[in-house]
Parts: sequence; structure tokens; C-alpha cells
Amino acid sequence: MSVAKSLPHDAAPLHVTGAARYVDDIPLPEGALHLAFGCSEVAHGRIASVDLTAVRSAKDVITVLTAEDLRHENDVSPSPSPEPLLAEGSVHFVGQPIFIVVATSHLAARKAAKLGRVEIAPLPAILTIDDALAAESRFEDGPRVYEKGDAVGALAGAKRVIQGEIEIGGQEHFYLEGQAAAALPGEDGSMLVYSSSQHPSEIQHKVAHALGVPMHSVRVEVRRMGGGFGGKESQGNALAVSCAVVAAMTGRPCKMRYDRDDDMIITGKRHDFRIRYKVAFQDDGRIDAVDFLQLCRCGWSMDLSLPVADRAMLHADNAYAIPNLRVESHRLKTNTQSNTAFRGFGGPQGMVGIERVLDHVAHEVGLDPVEVRCVNYYAAPGEAMDSTHYGMPVEDFILSDLTDRLLENSDYLKRKEAVEAWNAENAILKKGIAFSPVKFGISFTLTHLNQAGALVHVYQDGSIHLNHGGTEMGQGLFQKVAQVAASRFGVDVDRVKITATDTDKVPNTSATAASSGSDLNGMAVQMACDHIRARLAEFVAGDDAEQVTFEGGFVHFEGKSEPFDALIKRAYMARISLSSTGFYATPKVEWDRIAGHGRPFFYFAYGAAVTEVVIDTLTGENRILRTDILHDCGASLNPALDIGQIEGGYVQGAGWLTTEELIWDEAGQLKTHAPSTYKIPACSDQPEVFNVALWDGTNREKTVYRSKAVGEPPLMLGISALLALSDAVSACGTAYPDLNAPATAERVFAAVERVRS
Amino acid sequence: MADKMHIKLTVNGTEEEFLAEPRELLIYTLRERLNITGPHIGCETSHCGACTVTIDGKSVKSCTMFAVQASGKDITTIEGLGTPDALHPLQEAFKEHHGLQCGYCTPGMITRAAKLLEENPNPTEEDVRFGIAGNLCRCTGYQNIVKSILAAAATMNADASSSSDAIGQTKVEAAE
Ligand code: FES
Ligand code: FES
Repeated sequence: MSVAKSLPHDAAPLHVTGAARYVDDIPLPEGALHLAFGCSEVAHGRIASVDLTAVRSAKDVITVLTAEDLRHENDVSPSPSPEPLLAEGSVHFVGQPIFIVVATSHLAARKAAKLGRVEIAPLPAILTIDDALAAESRFEDGPRVYEKGDAVGALAGAKRVIQGEIEIGGQEHFYLEGQAAAALPGEDGSMLVYSSSQHPSEIQHKVAHALGVPMHSVRVEVRRMGGGFGGKESQGNALAVSCAVVAAMTGRPCKMRYDRDDDMIITGKRHDFRIRYKVAFQDDGRIDAVDFLQLCRCGWSMDLSLPVADRAMLHADNAYAIPNLRVESHRLKTNTQSNTAFRGFGGPQGMVGIERVLDHVAHEVGLDPVEVRCVNYYAAPGEAMDSTHYGMPVEDFILSDLTDRLLENSDYLKRKEAVEAWNAENAILKKGIAFSPVKFGISFTLTHLNQAGALVHVYQDGSIHLNHGGTEMGQGLFQKVAQVAASRFGVDVDRVKITATDTDKVPNTSATAASSGSDLNGMAVQMACDHIRARLAEFVAGDDAEQVTFEGGFVHFEGKSEPFDALIKRAYMARISLSSTGFYATPKVEWDRIAGHGRPFFYFAYGAAVTEVVIDTLTGENRILRTDILHDCGASLNPALDIGQIEGGYVQGAGWLTTEELIWDEAGQLKTHAPSTYKIPACSDQPEVFNVALWDGTNREKTVYRSKAVGEPPLMLGISALLALSDAVSACGTAYPDLNAPATAERVFAAVERVRS
Repeated sequence: MADKMHIKLTVNGTEEEFLAEPRELLIYTLRERLNITGPHIGCETSHCGACTVTIDGKSVKSCTMFAVQASGKDITTIEGLGTPDALHPLQEAFKEHHGLQCGYCTPGMITRAAKLLEENPNPTEEDVRFGIAGNLCRCTGYQNIVKSILAAAATMNADASSSSDAIGQTKVEAAE
């Protein structure tokens, strides 16, 4: 069976030879036009006048469009709240598109875009969390509150209480391939769109509205993305819609790609948070109550901020059964880029909040932070079951066992002693070691999105063509799903051809997001294959169809075996249908997001990490020395691909919390808009020792081959890097380090000074 | 407008001759003029390495070199290294050892790695880590990239020693 095998990524031979095509590599017909946005340089203001004369007369410019030139909807919002493609009357952040330049080359369009004279009468700009709180600038009428027990009461009567606050910076996706789209006009008002998007159905929807045509007239194809990480869930809408609108207007193919700086200035990022906490605990570190205040900076438009903030609330418990837990969430509207989905979708910020609490409590009671974590863990299976603060029972809490195994494999206790011994002897270089667990809820919290479709054809020669609604962004989804299909038919995976995601083949798809790609699409593919398999089995065995098996390239029945190809040929001659759709909707999920109660998730994925770091107390510079990870993928569909996700997720998470810093100036301009100023991890930054292992177990829920989702959960393993830095700083004095994220060299240095004084 | 310049260069063994503005960047020459789309654009500021090619024996980020600067030179891109049917050992290793996810960094990464192994056929893990530090990857966390390069080095060394053995044997036979 091909599931559970570590087969290489399906397109690997293309990637290694440079033959894999991304949007910008697709050859366009002669006469293609290139687009660029002219953007606001003011964070908030009224547009007084727009003079585009110089733009229009610039070399190689064909035309220029403003909001007035859009014949249909001027909207690229993924949420119910509008978000104009081009500014109308006012601007709301530095980087907001105001006009589209159409030219015969990418460079000409970009150059001309700088020639626009837009006069803007500035209005007061709300840039920071404090600004937004002061101005009561928010989405939704007031804060959301989820609560279990009575945290406020428990805190009032508690013996030991501490409080604190952590700032958690945002994160730029830095998908290596920037946003890109192309549109080719067809006959009778139809449009073909290529987009680097995680959500082709939404692109189709938005393009259709912008063109004033039904969705059936728009076809969107996505073969692959050069990375997505959530940043291509909604942020590609503007490019695809622009290309389609101009293509419809001019009758010529159009392409648009953001240059890196534009990409960083225009598109949304991970939401930055400030989290305040008040916690009541006992001498052994047991936590009685936590009251969280989550302040979330959403940016100028709603985008996906509400479900992001919800997910932050839903992960405020992480792995801990806290009897009294209250989470109050404020979704603040600011004149900055509209923050958006990013791997973990709010979950990581919520989790940093509670891990910070555990770290702080451990420091206060003077116990090993691992011990403090373990006494607060949810009950293991077999013990009396706990429920989360939103009322979902935690049925398969494997973290106690997983923690034991990881501590053993990573030699945690011995290394902790060694770190202490090192710190006692060394005044300048201090080491730190930390453990952190992850419990991450799997499913879209917008329940209706938990559905997927697939289309499978078996051709007369026995080759299999496979299509589904999920998109490939490097996570290996296509490979995993092909392995599922091959396993259903008992054939080699080479027989299966996976084709580009295409709204003409599978309609009404959800974004490939929430880690759900293989859970949803794998199941839909399995359903489609099983429909065909059932027809074949009935053809072979009539009423005894149940006894037919598909294995090793053969179909077996009553001791006889027939090659799969031969059977397919016979079935075709007998006029058996060899094509089927498949459809899957995740069972069990149902909840009320306003009350914060119910079962938002089908199941939880677990993992844990131990990270060791060293800091230079004279400069704050630091590095990760060693990382050990044990992660739960259920029964892995492809262990090598899953380990790749875990390694990449950890590094991206550690980058978020250590070196990746976004800085805006007082005018609301993003100052870190290129890799020269925004530091993502490089190969030379990686831990010298990096051990990753998969937890040996299966999903208790009936997922595809009992596997578990793996896209997002490992990102949060990176929290252990932040905690390890905090541990190293702790070695310099007695005060709690109070380290904000990202813990850049400057912040580490300042924290060292703080704990010393 | 500056006058167009006459440029002549060799890309993957093929001679190319054309007129271009002096400000034309090599990555645009490759991707748009010559339709060689293996080298990618990731940042256009020489930070990410997605556009890496080899020019006269040196790794170069083609997004910050003018085509005219490459005139008269010999350029190798990922397309010149191997084909899907005849992979270079590095290409084979990246495929087998999962040295890629989205694949966008891969052509630049392999092109750089090929040069690295030429300069240092027996690199340590640390040599590899620092040798490719100028090529960013946002997906993999680099572990499998380093593994792939080390595996390729081992294969290439084994091939080299077995072929020199083979030569040695022929010589011996000839002497007998
Ligand atoms: S595109 Fe040349 S280094 Fe990034
Ligand atoms: S594999 Fe995606 S950037 Fe390296």
C-alpha cells in the first residue's frame, strides 16, 4: 500500500530541474500586459485630487484605472465586510492601492506607478494598539469573552497571584514566490485566471463579481504556489481581480506580480497581539485561575481577523486544565496593512500567552517549568475527562506520555544540570533550555468550510487522473492524496496523475488552510475512488462484491487475480462508469462562536519540543544549539513529508519569536519591507543538533487512514526557543525576564540588564 | 534613453546574441528574453538567492547583475545541470532526501550547492550550512537541504573514486 510510505514530492523531478512552473513562468500569448498598483503614501486621509497625467504619458503605458473606471464591484474582501480593490474617497493605510497602471512590461508599469500625483488630506491615523483602544476603534461592537468557571472570583480570593503582559509581534509570510496572477480573456465573456492562491474558489467568486458575470464564466487554475503559509488565502484577490478586469476591458492577457517590497508593504501579516494575564496558583505550580486580556491589531479591513482572534481565544488553554479561565478578546481596527491568515491563524498567539503564564508561574514558585506544566496538564485517557474552556472534551490527551518520551530522548534532566553548571562557571555566555507542548485544534472554526470535493477518472489503459479542491504550496498535499488514491486501487502511485487545482473540475472548494488539506481532500478522494471501486467489485463479483480486494496491481477474488489494467479494459467494454466525484464533510463539528461553546474541532494534534540556546550577555546575540521534537501526526500518510513540515514549522515559529521584527514608523510606514531589514532564518542560523521524531499512534477519529493534520501545529513548537532565551536571561539575575517577542538581540540584551538590576 | 548595447553570452552551452538596454538585469534576460525560467525572482535585492546562476565559475545572484556585465561570459543555470531523465547527483539527492517543499528556492539552492561542491568536494555539515547561507528557504527549515547536499557529495565522491579505480585498472591491464 502506498500510504505511510516516505515517497518524494510528486513534482520533485520538475523542481530540481527548474521545470516546475509558477504563475510568473507561464508563457503568455503575444501582447500580454503587465500591471502595477499606485499606492497611498499616507496612513489615513481623504483623497483630495488624483493627477495621473504623468503616469498616462509614461513610456509603454497603455492605460490607468482608478476606482471610477471599475464597471462592477470594487471589492476584494474575503469577509462580509467590504474591502475596496482601489481606494474610493479615502485611504486607510500606507500601501493601499489607489490606481492600476497597465503597461507593456512589468518594469514600465512599476516605474510609471511612481509618477502619480495623489493629494491626500491627512486624517488622524490609528496605528498602535494603544491608539485603537483610546479611539475605541474596533471590529465587532465590543470584546468577545469565553469563560469557564469564575476566574475573577477565584483571583479575588486567591493566596498567590501574579500578573504580567507580553507583546507578541506580527510576522511577514515571506513566501519565497511573491503574490502573482494572470488572466486570459476568452470568448463570450469568459475568463481564465492563473493565481498563486490557496483559495481558487474565492478568486473565482471575486473575479466574477468584478466582471459582473456568473461564477460559471470564470475558471481559476492553481498548479502550485512558491509557499503560502496563509498569506495567499485572501491576499491574492487584488491581483487576480485587477488582471481579470483589465483583461476584460482590453481583450488582452494580463499579468501582475508584486515586487518583494510592494508585497511586504501592501499585504497583511500575522496579527500582532498584546496579552495581559492575571493568574492564581498554588505552591506546587498548580493554576487555579487565569484571566486573559487579548488585544489584537487587525489592520484596516476585517479580512479574516474575527476567526483569527477566535482561534487565539480557543488556544488560550493550550495543554492545561485550568478550572477558572476567562479570555477577553479585542479586535482592534488600525490604519495599517490588514492582518491576515498565517500558519496557526491566531492559535500561536493564544498559546504564547498561556506558555508565558506557565513560565512566569514556574519562575515564581521556583520549580522546573516542565514539572509545573505537567501538574497542569489535561487528564490522560482513562482518567476523568476534562473539558476545555469552550466546553469541548479532551478525549485523547497523549501529551503526558509524549512529554515523558521526549524528556527521555532529549536527555532533558541531564542537560538542564549541564546548563546550570555552565552558567555557574561562565559570566558572559549564558545557556538556557526549555520545553513546550502543543495541543492544536483541527478544523475550520467557520464550520461550513469543513467540506471538500474530488474528481477521479480511471482511463481505459488503467491510468488514473486525480483532481481535488486542495492547493499545493509545498506541503506535499498532492503527493499524499495520490498515495491515498493508489492505495484505494491497490496500484503503484506512478499510475496516478495529479493535476492542477481547477474550479472547472471541482467546484465550491474551501481554502487550503487550517491544516485541513489532506484531511478533507484525502477523504474526498477516498470517497471518489471507493465509488469506482464498488462498481468494479460488483462487476467482478456481483453480490459478493465485498470480498473483492485491490492489492499489488491486481484485483483479487475467490483465489483468482486479475491485473488492474485488464479488469479496467473489461469494465470499459462492459460499459461500467470509470469516473466519479467524491465529497466529504467533517463530522461532529458544531459550536457557537459568539458564546464560545461547543465542539469547534474534530480532534487535536499534539507535539512537544525541547530547545537549548546560548546568549551573549554583552550583546544579546544568541543562537539555538539543539532542538528535539516529538510530534503527533497520527498514522502518518507520508512520514518524510510530515517531518519536513515539522522542521519547517519549527524554524518558522522560532524565527517569528526571535529575529523576525516588523517596525512601523510614526507615519505608519513599514520600515522593514525587504529581506535586508526583515530577518528570516538562514541555514547558518539552524541548530547544530536537530532531532525530529514522530509519535507512534493513530488518530482516534476516523480521518483518512487515521492520520492527523500537520501543517500548522509544529509552528508552535518554536515557542520553546523563546522560553529557552527567557531561561538563559534568568541565569543573569533573580527578576523575571519579561521577554517580549520577537526576542531580538536588543530585547535579550535589555532583559539581561533588567534582571541584573 | 540610453542606446541599446550589443550583448553576447553563452547560456547552458548555447550562444545568445542580442541588443539590450544597459539597465537590463540578467535575471530578466534569462527569464523573459531567453525563456529560461528555472532561476526565480524572490527579492531582486540579492538577499534570497532564488535567482542564483553560475558565471565563469562563480555563484552569482542574477537579479543584481546587468546583462551587459555578463557579456562575453559563460552562464550555467539549473537547466544546464541535468534534465528530468538524466539528473545531476545533486538533483537526484534533493529529490530523494526531500530537499524541497514548495520548490521555489530549489533551482538557486542546487546551483549554489553545485558550485560549493566543486570548491569543496568534502564539506563538513558546517561548511554546507555556511556555504549556502546566502540562499533563503522559507519552507524546509534547511535540514533536508543540508542532508541532500551531503548525500550528493558522498555520491559524487564515490563515483569519482570508482571511476579513477576503473582508470587505474585499465592502466594496469594495459601494462600487463
Ligand atoms: S531574487 Fe536575486 S537574490 Fe533574491
Ligand atoms: S522549498 Fe519553499 S522556499 Fe525552499
